[in-house]
Amino acid sequence: MLAFIASAVFCFVIWLLLTFNGRMWGTDEIVAGIVMACIAGYISRKIFIKDFKLANPKRWLMILAYLPRFFYEMAKANFDVAYRVLTGRIKPGIVKIAPDLKSDLAITTLANSITLTPGTLSVDVDEEKNLYVHWINVKDEVLEKMPRDYKPICSTFPEWARRIGE
Amino acid sequence: MMWEIIYIFLGIGVAFNMLGSLGLIRFPDVYTRLHAGTKCTTFGSIFICFAIIAYGLWRWYDGEKEMISLAIHTFFAMIAILLTNPTGAHAIARAAHRSGVKPARAVVDDLEAKEGEND
Repeated sequence: MLAFIASAVFCFVIWLLLTFNGRMWGTDEIVAGIVMACIAGYISRKIFIKDFKLANPKRWLMILAYLPRFFYEMAKANFDVAYRVLTGRIKPGIVKIAPDLKSDLAITTLANSITLTPGTLSVDVDEEKNLYVHWINVKDEVLEKMPRDYKPICSTFPEWARRIGE
Repeated sequence: MMWEIIYIFLGIGVAFNMLGSLGLIRFPDVYTRLHAGTKCTTFGSIFICFAIIAYGLWRWYDGEKEMISLAIHTFFAMIAILLTNPTGAHAIARAAHRSGVKPARAVVDDLEAKEGEND
């Protein structure tokens, strides 16, 4: 029930934002929005909301604090790819990292961050939540140890993902 | 002044999208092509979105009240790009590896070893 209300309210807010055109909403728009939000909320209640982790405002603050860092890394990633496109200097490989995260939210945040940041692309995740990362420029010192050191691959992202999602 | 900002955003966006498509041609295999195809297109499209948001907010500030909807819609499109683009890349990369595409010129492949254990 709580999941239905939360997703319906979420859908309704999105509806209001999407139909806003500079003036106040008419009554017909709001009524149609409530009906649509209830239908969409009923259908999506099990997909949207598995637990209530994101109801905690601290996590939203963490996401906001994470965005500038993420954006900076993304800009760096693009110059990195640009360099590799122009010079063709690549040394690819798939490495396994064990970030030691448990929740789905944290591992999703980490995997998406890894894909959008320099030189890495997450390929697969196994049952113990180990990530398999395609790395475009493999460094030799990482290959020596078997539990790979994740610092050179994705710097401090696992810590951020832990703060957001655990 | 606003036009210059919008043109700069558009220029950055188009330049990175072009680099992404250039990467699709130049890189040797599906994984490295995905690198170009996700990072550059996400970043480039975000800048194009910024340009549209700047335009919408500017027209709204100038008194065309309905232009705010352009900015809001583009903002949602930007969030959708940011979430779905890397997710699609995972799906393609995982499917490629499962169907036996080996990374070209790879120096290491841990996933290969793991799939070998399962057989």
